[in-house]
Amino acid sequence: MKMSGAEITIKLLERQGVRTIAGIPGGANLPLYDALGQSGNIKHILTRHEQGAGFIAQGMARVTGKPAVFFATSGPGATNTLTAIADAKLDSIPIICITGQVPLSMIGTDAFQEVDTYGLSVPITKHNFLVRSAEDLLKVIPDAFRIAASGRPGPVVIDVPKDVQMAMVEFDQWPEPGVPDATPELFHGEIEHAASMINRAEKPILYLGGGVIQSDSASQALAVAEKGAIPSVMTLMGLGTIPTGHPLNLGMLGMHAARYTNLALEECDLLIAVGVRFDDRATGKVSEFCPNAKIIHMDIDPSELDKIKTAHASVRGDVADVLKALLPHIERQSRTEWNSRIEALKAAHPMIVPGADDPTSPYGVILKAAELVGDQAIVCTDVGQHQMRTAQVYPFTQPRHWLTSGGLGTMGFGMPAALGAALAAPDKPVICFSGDGSIMMNIQDLATAMEYDIPVKIILTNNNALGLVRQQQDLFYGKRYVASDYCKCVDFMKIADGFGIRTFDLGNCEDPEGTLAQALAEPGPALIHVPISPDEPVYPMVAPGAANSQMIGGENHV
Amino acid sequence: MCKQTVIELSVNNHPGVMSHICGLFARRAYNVEGIACMPVNGGGTSKIWLLVDADDRLDQMIKQVDKLEDVLIVERYDSGHPVFAKMAEFVQ
Repeated sequence: MKMSGAEITIKLLERQGVRTIAGIPGGANLPLYDALGQSGNIKHILTRHEQGAGFIAQGMARVTGKPAVFFATSGPGATNTLTAIADAKLDSIPIICITGQVPLSMIGTDAFQEVDTYGLSVPITKHNFLVRSAEDLLKVIPDAFRIAASGRPGPVVIDVPKDVQMAMVEFDQWPEPGVPDATPELFHGEIEHAASMINRAEKPILYLGGGVIQSDSASQALAVAEKGAIPSVMTLMGLGTIPTGHPLNLGMLGMHAARYTNLALEECDLLIAVGVRFDDRATGKVSEFCPNAKIIHMDIDPSELDKIKTAHASVRGDVADVLKALLPHIERQSRTEWNSRIEALKAAHPMIVPGADDPTSPYGVILKAAELVGDQAIVCTDVGQHQMRTAQVYPFTQPRHWLTSGGLGTMGFGMPAALGAALAAPDKPVICFSGDGSIMMNIQDLATAMEYDIPVKIILTNNNALGLVRQQQDLFYGKRYVASDYCKCVDFMKIADGFGIRTFDLGNCEDPEGTLAQALAEPGPALIHVPISPDEPVYPMVAPGAANSQMIGGENHV
Repeated sequence: MCKQTVIELSVNNHPGVMSHICGLFARRAYNVEGIACMPVNGGGTSKIWLLVDADDRLDQMIKQVDKLEDVLIVERYDSGHPVFAKMAEFVQ
């Protein structure tokens, strides 16, 4: 066979099963686009900003668990992708960014639209490549898929100079598509030791994170929780692991957890950490996190073990393998005393949800939307108060239906990620909760939603402020709201309208519930505008750097 | 004076590997005191020796280095390595 580097790349992506690629063409990746145009198998989504393309890929990868690909040209195209890549690194999401680069001979000359994409992406990728010959693509592309999806998943960048894309190569056969490496072998001693600690514990808590979602082992986690009657908390990334409403579900822990959740952690004598990394938003002041507990830490990434907290027992392995091996060793017990204590904590320190019944309130609109879209819906958020409120109260029932920027906390994540989710799961409703601060950061991709008629429903709670920043200024900076209130209002209805998106306003509307239902039933994309007050904090809240036991707000005064 | 240790890495040999390794140390404000690198067996791979202070972050650093795709083997020499003894002669 004789093909160009660009044709080889596209063919290899087809062979990996890639069917959708988001991106933007430019001078340095035009050969790739030309080859993409000849492919009958890959649909291209033309975004308005490369960051949006990156988050579309993230949305696809988070929903399917498989690596998703996006394209950018050299220079500004490549630099625009960096936030989406860094975001994927912190949340361990397998995406592959293929950038064009100036020709090899011009690298290092400050050529037009040249930037050191390789150098820029070193600290924010799991691995990266600068491809120096078209032959190398036959190895690099399958390798990128293998690396992105193996072990702890993560982003991979492949930078392809324009002359490499155009070079012709003769080769005999296609390489095998890249697949994840086999999961590491377990040490059975570690499993048995962990099991005996769990069986002996009187007040254990399961602490479940994104690793459980990534390894598709939510059902195993639930089985361990149920067999041992172990109450379970989840990180922001782990939501959906244990269904809301399950008696053992204690919801999210940490900075914006319900009071009973953090109080239960204060009392536990064994913390079973599964696929988590002890992020400071989850742990609060780490030296005071679970002060009475021994810790078992289970993770596929050995560098996470003992990174923040030294564990009393570590289990290295794919979380799915670990939980599967652990389950037969867990004694079936009811832990009546501990679970009644948890029930008492729940009753004494419940989650207070102001305005739960009002679909025009910040919490109420989340709960009402959840009721209307049903439990098959995929829920995305941007970053801010609306994100924390959704994490607190949305009735999650299954994994891979909750997409949020956890580690990097990227405003602008939600809407393009929702587009990716809708492209990956066209049979499921997709809703995106956003705020006026967040949506502005990638609002241009409303045009992408319109152009491809992607049926995402954006629920925009608008307080004309940077809500979480303002809340911190309220609590910790003497109510000096510097640069967190917008002085004038933007008309989001007109903006969305200008982008060709149907709009619905729950403010000044006679039947907000009916309007919300009508908007969610729209066939294409829609923006639902919900004006809210900037003076509605998200409670409880743990001050940054404080112990989780020191929660502000959300007390039960009844 | 802080006790020093030597990390010996077998790595793929291509431009960029060194920036992965040095970047890892630099962003954690962990200084590499000495560095040596030579290709092995015709240049497909290289050996890199890093002379570092043995503080309590070292285990985490080694785990992080070990995760790099281009790093094939990591060995630790807590009682030093002759490569740096010989190099020291050039900087006296």
